[in-house]
Amino acid sequence: MADLTSDFLGIRSPNPFWLASAPPTDKAYNVNRAFEAGWGGAVWKTLGEDPHIVNVSGPRYSALHSNDRRVIGFNNIELITDRPLQTNLDEIRQIKRDWPDRALVVSVMLPMNEETWAKYVPMIEDTGADAFELNFGCPHGMSERGMGAAVGQVPEYIQMATEWCKKVASVPVIVKLTPNVTNIVPPAKAAKDGGADAVSLINTVNSIMRVNYDTLTMYPTTDGMGTHGGYCGEAVKPIALNMVAEIARHAETADIPISGIGGITDWRDAVDFLALGASNVQVCTAAMVYGFKIIDDLTDGLSTFLDDKGMQSVADLVGKAVPSVTDWQYLNLNYIEKAVIDQELCIKCGRCHIVCEDTSHQAITHTVNGERHFEVIDAECVGCNLCVSVCPVDSCITMQQLTDGTDPRTGLPISKEPGNWTTHPNNPMRKDA
Amino acid sequence: MTKPAADIRPSRLDKAEVERNFADIHPPLSRSEALIEADRCYFCFDAPCTTACPTGIDIPGFIQKIRSDNIRGSAHTILRENIMGGMCARVCPTEVLCEEACVRNAHEDKPVEIGLLQRYATDPVFENSTKLFERAAPSGKTVAVVGGGPAGLSCAHRLAMLGHDVKVFNKDGKPGGLNEYGIAAYKTVDDFAQREVDYILSIGGIEIENGVELGVDVTLAELRDSYDAVFLGIGLGDVNELGIDDEDLPGIENAIDYIADLRQADDKSTLPVGCNVVVVGGGMTAIDIAVQSKRLGAERVDIVYRRGPEQMGASEFEQKLAQTNGVTIHHFMRPVRVHGADFVTGVELEKTRLDRDGKIRGTGETLDLEADVLFKAIGQKLDEILSAELDGITLERGKIVVDESQATSLAGVWAGGDCVLRGDDLTVSAVQHGKVAAIAIDRQLRS
Repeated sequence: MADLTSDFLGIRSPNPFWLASAPPTDKAYNVNRAFEAGWGGAVWKTLGEDPHIVNVSGPRYSALHSNDRRVIGFNNIELITDRPLQTNLDEIRQIKRDWPDRALVVSVMLPMNEETWAKYVPMIEDTGADAFELNFGCPHGMSERGMGAAVGQVPEYIQMATEWCKKVASVPVIVKLTPNVTNIVPPAKAAKDGGADAVSLINTVNSIMRVNYDTLTMYPTTDGMGTHGGYCGEAVKPIALNMVAEIARHAETADIPISGIGGITDWRDAVDFLALGASNVQVCTAAMVYGFKIIDDLTDGLSTFLDDKGMQSVADLVGKAVPSVTDWQYLNLNYIEKAVIDQELCIKCGRCHIVCEDTSHQAITHTVNGERHFEVIDAECVGCNLCVSVCPVDSCITMQQLTDGTDPRTGLPISKEPGNWTTHPNNPMRKDA
Repeated sequence: MTKPAADIRPSRLDKAEVERNFADIHPPLSRSEALIEADRCYFCFDAPCTTACPTGIDIPGFIQKIRSDNIRGSAHTILRENIMGGMCARVCPTEVLCEEACVRNAHEDKPVEIGLLQRYATDPVFENSTKLFERAAPSGKTVAVVGGGPAGLSCAHRLAMLGHDVKVFNKDGKPGGLNEYGIAAYKTVDDFAQREVDYILSIGGIEIENGVELGVDVTLAELRDSYDAVFLGIGLGDVNELGIDDEDLPGIENAIDYIADLRQADDKSTLPVGCNVVVVGGGMTAIDIAVQSKRLGAERVDIVYRRGPEQMGASEFEQKLAQTNGVTIHHFMRPVRVHGADFVTGVELEKTRLDRDGKIRGTGETLDLEADVLFKAIGQKLDEILSAELDGITLERGKIVVDESQATSLAGVWAGGDCVLRGDDLTVSAVQHGKVAAIAIDRQLRS
């Protein structure tokens, strides 16, 4: 059995799955249940100044559903904790005492002045919590008040607030980043420059879920009016993975530890984040959709996967896929793949044909010798992977590399030598090879 | 093998039990069920289900509209190709049509439940009398439609849509044809057939006269004189003979007559039912009469069919339905003699086999079955009286020959449904014949 124990910034937990700062970690009652279920750690729902904020007493959540009402994406407008600070501090202290082997991190969000940080950070640290996570990501409500994403969108503010926190904190400081930026690297760099021990990402993405088709107002509303929320769940995972990988592969940020967040629902999602550079992961939406029991699949699936790969620990997996992420300009333009349809597996739905015919390269037949038959025309196939993406049968269509001879599409010989855009003759900015 | 009197009587089961037995055999899908099922559709290119549908309904198209909660649009997609899409959703042997063609069979051996989805999409139209079709500008042309069954009504509706005025001459007391008088009762509950007819007629431009029989009350020559075109959807009014002695012995009945009585009965428990029922035949009618007899309380029901299960006209689903209802199917058996002097008491069967040419041969081995009632369900043929009336129209094997546009050999006369040679006894095919004929008639009337 692979070792799932995690050491993130010296904070040990029995597995790398922490509950993200969110409604599931708002109270001792919930966190207790999570730890009983087996979660490795929890990031307490964001604490703010007293007097505490208030939340709406109407719809705070809404979902993007599949037709059988599986939750694909999830939206929320809940703010930070709406309980008195002391209540939270007392419960954090008690939980850490009751669960010494679990990671307990406290999320904080404070206004942009140093005195406030100096006042609250020591009070919170006194609970015995393992670390701080600075919430520079919340995109709704708090950002209107100059906190949350309003800080995370300005690298200088990130650095400033991180420095204020680091000055008074003796435990590690993790900076949680907002994805509502055009480039994630400068915010990560600012956190590092401010002295952050790690970054965590992503927080939620600005979102409006839909319109109410009866009232033609946005949906949901509070007394007829609505506001944008933060989008999360499975649908945001690819956005999060890209941002994690960007930080992991850029020289100026590559050395900062990453706690990966964004749509993790089963163990494979965790593998994605870990292999792309995260050292541990945080989960919220999946727990809010299915309850805490999903931790069984997360830990068991990851452990089995590590065993199958011959890996001893989670650390062996971290960053494994990062070297495979590069800029487009470095992709080998001499590499050629063609789609191949396994006729034994093909159920003849024709989806591959119609999408290729209508929207791509007219490279798949629909009739051969008068029979309904779907076959790739190599002379037209550019290897785009669209047919693979839409085929309802797993592994029915695969991409196979052409290694010898000529490409029937271009009539050109297949080069064994790699060649990318940087030296391509069509590139006016090419460098001489 | 003789008994004092045939054991045929009503109320073998109490009324409540009969009502339960004749409830909707395929209850409609709830919205949740429909959305989940609709999600299973792959939205195939040149969809095999659509190809398999005799009326060519764009099945992935209507299912897509169910997915997006556009139920009215979905119903329109269905009904514009098949105005009886509501009845077909209930009675089509989907397992040998659209659902057999579904590519999900190749993937997981479980097709999308197209019939039930079609019913889900169309039911609200009939419940709410939703207007989906408008008539074109009046053409000033008139068409006579003989027969108020699926072929005739489909033809009438399309003609009315295209702007023509239609007069339907219907032999029965009510329109609907076999939708009203045939078909197992549990497949079309709550008077659906009449609700569908009402919907079809609501387009306007269709006048219907019931109780008018071709060759008796009106002649084809008169119709050809008085109307710009004639469509014959006259069905098959007579039943084939068994070809054995004593075929008119009391207790030997036509399955279709009994099914018609059953469909019209307000309280089905009042219908007389035999204790031992033997059904001869291998099609849908045989299954319908056998299962319904059983559900009315017959003690024992046997189907006798002279060939094997593969040759049966009834689909595998229907055969299983009979068997799970406690009906025994005897393959490779044919009746050779009926027992009884004043009424049927039993039937002697002979085992059969197929020779090298596929012809049926008796083996000489026999079996006796007790029977209080023996139903003939071995197919129908044109009414005797019509054969003379159809003088000038080419018939083959007792049925009307038509071309691709459903035109008969007689100018200005089209035909469709069970009475034509290409008929296959399905409502859906009859609807298609009527539609195709209407389009051809329209083309001719406007040329």
